Amino acid sequence: MKRIFAALAAALCCVSGAATMSDPTVDQAVIEGETAPQKLSEFGFGMTADGYRPASAVGYTLRTPLFSDYAAKDRFVYIPNDRKARVATDGTIEFPVGTVLFKSFGWADHNGGKPVETRLLIHRAAGWTALPYIWDADGKDATLALGGRRVPVSFKRPDGEAHSIRYAVPNKNQCKECHSKNGVIEPIGPKAQNFILDPATTSQVRDRYFETPAALKPTMPQWDDPKSGSVADRARAYLDVNCAHCHNPAGSASNSGLFLRWADDPTGVNYGIGKRPTAAGRGSGGMDFAIAPGDPAHSFMIYRLESTDPGIAMPEVGRSTVHKEGAALLRQWIAEMPKGGQKAL
Amino acid sequence: MRFHGFHTATLGILATFVAVPAAAKTISVSATTPDANEKLQEALILAEPGDVVQLGAGVWKLVDGLSLDVANVTVRGAGAGEGGSVLDFTGQQGAGEGLLVTSDDVLLTNFAVLNTKGDGIKSKGADRIVYHQLRVEWTAGPKETNGAYGIYPVESTDVLIDSVYVRGASDAGIYVGQSKNIIVRESIATENVAGIEIENSYDADVHDNIATKNTGGILVFDLPSLPMQGGHNVRVFENIVNDNSTPNFAPKGNIVASVPTGTGVLVMANRHVEIFDNIFDNNGTTNVMIVGYRYEHKDPKYQPLPRDIVVRGNQHGKAGYAPKFAGGDMIAAAMGGAIPPVLWDGSGDAIVLDKVGVLSLNLPDVKTPQSEAKPSPADLSKGTPPAALPAIKLPEAMEAKVR
Repeated sequence: MKRIFAALAAALCCVSGAATMSDPTVDQAVIEGETAPQKLSEFGFGMTADGYRPASAVGYTLRTPLFSDYAAKDRFVYIPNDRKARVATDGTIEFPVGTVLFKSFGWADHNGGKPVETRLLIHRAAGWTALPYIWDADGKDATLALGGRRVPVSFKRPDGEAHSIRYAVPNKNQCKECHSKNGVIEPIGPKAQNFILDPATTSQVRDRYFETPAALKPTMPQWDDPKSGSVADRARAYLDVNCAHCHNPAGSASNSGLFLRWADDPTGVNYGIGKRPTAAGRGSGGMDFAIAPGDPAHSFMIYRLESTDPGIAMPEVGRSTVHKEGAALLRQWIAEMPKGGQKAL
Repeated sequence: MRFHGFHTATLGILATFVAVPAAAKTISVSATTPDANEKLQEALILAEPGDVVQLGAGVWKLVDGLSLDVANVTVRGAGAGEGGSVLDFTGQQGAGEGLLVTSDDVLLTNFAVLNTKGDGIKSKGADRIVYHQLRVEWTAGPKETNGAYGIYPVESTDVLIDSVYVRGASDAGIYVGQSKNIIVRESIATENVAGIEIENSYDADVHDNIATKNTGGILVFDLPSLPMQGGHNVRVFENIVNDNSTPNFAPKGNIVASVPTGTGVLVMANRHVEIFDNIFDNNGTTNVMIVGYRYEHKDPKYQPLPRDIVVRGNQHGKAGYAPKFAGGDMIAAAMGGAIPPVLWDGSGDAIVLDKVGVLSLNLPDVKTPQSEAKPSPADLSKGTPPAALPAIKLPEAMEAKVR
């Protein structure tokens, strides 16, 4: 999928004004209406499985992305012509009503790199709504899958190991499980700290999309780039992106008391250090603590990340394979912590 | 009663519109529909407030967890027993529970959930939820590989659990956590680690239940480092709590893994818990255990002591003949083969008006290790109990749903 991104970046270079005007085919009434169109084409973004850059949209990447079964993800944002996004002081990107965030999931070695699914997160007057679309066999259009679906996918991991999984396209509610803050849907990835606009985006397009483009400063480490931060900082970035959308006081895992946001105190019990299981059940793996400093083998956070059993695995949705490299980073982080957690009396 | 049935072409769901109330409709889904899992999930997504999602009779073979996020929806099956609507998750591949509810005013009734990999039915932030005539079961009986909680409402206000049956949970069969205004009644919890557990919650009535053959029958806990703590005002009354003899099969690390086999009612931390008019029998460790939270913690706001615990009017059958806590067998031997039916670790305060013996471990400071226990009989009948707690009242609309 990286080559597609490159091709697309080139395309953006050549057509530098592409995103300055809303494409006439884009149907703003459908975007901002209350319906859930059966076909992706009804939005008028002119996407196919071979050319799935939405018309008038801008590509972006994330410094540290959410792991989803080694899927390559291509992300785009569309903002209607007369509106702009604003970057809040805490780094939240406030997208205007009418915005659409696109995320397409595929594997370079599966079905010729064509995406399996494309998820839309649409900002409507009543709030954000999440709609999952699965690409039709002929690749000409994608069909709404509100109830989600299991799709057989085969791919090779970066280290060459072959995997055949029943990849789970999430249902609409599962979209919300992760994208929920106090029960209201919102975007997860695009925060100024983690957001990188396609480098080919012209300053003209940046100005057209953002009130203050200079406020987009990706300061969060890149989880797999040692030059971008210490092991601890990269581990924390990984936890923020992969876990904190649920593990925060307003998220789906609020009751766990385990909070893993970038801004949370990484030495506290609520960050998992010496924290006993709350409702982990089998997820405890017979261990006493989520994180036992210096001892990854007795830290059930690692146990849950390295499991694919639905009664054990974390995150609960969106993962059918173990993220070996991510788990290795967290193992290293825990191993390097000074020993000595809490002990039962 | 169906009035006008027709197919919605896109989903293959038989939607039946009921005349009254005006807008509400019944969406019927059949267990034998191809892609039944996906179709049922779609029905739960497309339901609108007031609608009923009707589950057909039969065994549903489901591979992915279900979820409901629409307020005021009823999920109704054709029965919770054999021949009813049985949601079988034996082949589950994803999701942390069988059914997850995240919306308010939901009624779940007359179906069964079997063999989920994680929790059975969870509701989170779902106010005024009603669980009624449900069965959640791990059919192979107690196994460490069973899911943790059977029925699991959390972070909710107004919770009614009425006439459910839960068997085999590797943590708690019926678990209410971080919630307020709760009734658990007329239910059966058997062969779970904890039969019924009220944790970090305020204002609960647990009554007219049968908790039998669990490791521990009914637990009232408060734990540190959680968003809602300071559990208080819980009444446990008119339950039958007997033969809780199943060896503890909880995965280690979980707090219930520390519950001794043969425990009737266990209060840990908490303020003002009333245990009255229950029938206890054949609980080998003890009928009623009252203890502090004796683990290290770093939560300055946490209160680890049990306070204002009242035990009165209970019937005590055989108890204390096989105490499964460290040193219990030696104490029993020294006391003629059994320890008294009420066991207190000596921390906090409790009033026991039942005419039975109380054994204190004399460990008032929860930081003192249990190995330093100096067990002796204690008289807790003196002192004035706090004013009796009022009965829990739920909104009338919730009670109307189960009448």
